[in-house]
Amino acid sequence: MNITSTTVREWIRAYADEIAEHRVELVKLDTAIGDGDHGTNMDRGMRKAVEKLDGTEGEDIGALLKGVGMALVSSVGGAAGPLYGTLFLEMGKASAGQEELDLAGWTGALEAGVKGVQARGKAEPEDKTMVDALLPALEALRAAADEGAALEDALRRSADAAAGGMRATIPLEARRGRASYLGPRSVGHQDPGATSSQLLLEVAATTFGGAG
Amino acid sequence: MKKLINDPEAVVREALEGMEAAHGDRLRVMYDPYVIVRADAPVQGKVGLVSGGGSGHEPMHGGLVGPGMLDAACPGEVFTSPTPDQMLEATKAVDGGAGVLHIVKNYTGDVLNFEMAADLAKGEGVEVEAVVTNDDVAVQDSLYTAGRRGVGVTVLAEKICGAAADEGKSLAEVAELCRKVNGQGRSMGMALTPCVTPGSGEPSFELGEDEMEIGIGIHGEPGRFREPIGTAAQVVERLASAIVEDLPFESGDKVLAFVNGMGGTPLIELYIVYRELNNLLQERGIIIDRRLIGDYITSLEMAGCSITLLKLDDELTRLWDAPADTPALRVG
Repeated sequence: MNITSTTVREWIRAYADEIAEHRVELVKLDTAIGDGDHGTNMDRGMRKAVEKLDGTEGEDIGALLKGVGMALVSSVGGAAGPLYGTLFLEMGKASAGQEELDLAGWTGALEAGVKGVQARGKAEPEDKTMVDALLPALEALRAAADEGAALEDALRRSADAAAGGMRATIPLEARRGRASYLGPRSVGHQDPGATSSQLLLEVAATTFGGAG
Repeated sequence: MKKLINDPEAVVREALEGMEAAHGDRLRVMYDPYVIVRADAPVQGKVGLVSGGGSGHEPMHGGLVGPGMLDAACPGEVFTSPTPDQMLEATKAVDGGAGVLHIVKNYTGDVLNFEMAADLAKGEGVEVEAVVTNDDVAVQDSLYTAGRRGVGVTVLAEKICGAAADEGKSLAEVAELCRKVNGQGRSMGMALTPCVTPGSGEPSFELGEDEMEIGIGIHGEPGRFREPIGTAAQVVERLASAIVEDLPFESGDKVLAFVNGMGGTPLIELYIVYRELNNLLQERGIIIDRRLIGDYITSLEMAGCSITLLKLDDELTRLWDAPADTPALRVG
């Protein structure tokens, strides 16, 4: 079954719930190598995004995602605001006018979003950032699409790749963001941004994959 | 957590309401989104100066809004960058037709949000330039980090650029001056204790009773080195040597020496730090021509200090001495 504007709404709500549930964990991860506000900021931003979903009945997927992006940009702050804001804004642009997305459509949207995040934050793979969860997820989607996999299967593989990428940030030394100030002391900690990105893709797999 | 607050969620708003009540004669506070702006903004024909950053560093930046310094400040949540909509409102509120300078401390969040805001403001026809301060010698400046943090020099740049804007300098000239101040200033900080953000209620890092952190930032993040605690003389030697050798500051140079408290260190200790700094610079033939001592860039209740040295010339000295009238810093 394709992704629809109804399931996109469910995805955003489910992600907000997931962030609220993991707020303390994200704060702890960020306290270790950053400034300890990632969970609080994402929670505030996603609550705002969910508030804004009310009154968007009838909007296409592109408009919905842009609305989420703007809500995050204006309420999260920190680096995560512009980065997650850009992710959703670019995904929204790529899916403008769409009522449904198939695997190719979802892959295209995520690709645009990840490109936007990289352009805004200038992070490369293995810099110990959210990109380390997003890029493997995108690559897994592409590989699944090439093999002609079903959407549900592709989303599951994408979420698993994000989880692998997230865990792979643990031994890395941070080269971007506030954690980079710690140099070698950032080694041994899982990146909070990669963690919140992994949650986003895990929730996508459960919501759009129908296994939630 | 022991704090003089009512509600951890309302800390920023209630502090803004207090500032407005106290300084309403010269400041206007906007609440949706949060912006602190000069009461008489926009000043026609003058370059507008906007800065901003997370809250928890008071008096920076809101306490430095007023004639001779900033036209507006955007306070974020505690230790969290403000958002582009705040910066856009601030920029529009202070644009007197001569353009607006964004003074941005080099933190990933601040830089990204100000970049988005500058794009938005340009889209609305406001001329914007941004200068990023990055004076913290504790951080290796390399392609593989986010670069040096912006700390003490930011306050000095806000004073000096504010004076230049008052003199009628153009946006390009004020921006160039800001880059010059940043280029000639260096800082480093240390902490004796961590701080507790109202949102988390937990110390920002663990530090033993007999330990200190050298090379801290201003957001409660740990420093570059953890060491057994030393005397004021040893601490100043550690910080000032790194600063002096980095620029480098040389014998015969005139400097502005800025001893900044992190929020939880009494002035009596800051003057001991100044004494040691004065001795150290004298030994090296460096002349302290101007000075600033007190809490200007704090990290909530953290105990500790930072030292900033700015190499002066006639232009910078004259602009430093020009009048300023803000809640936290008055000159003339």
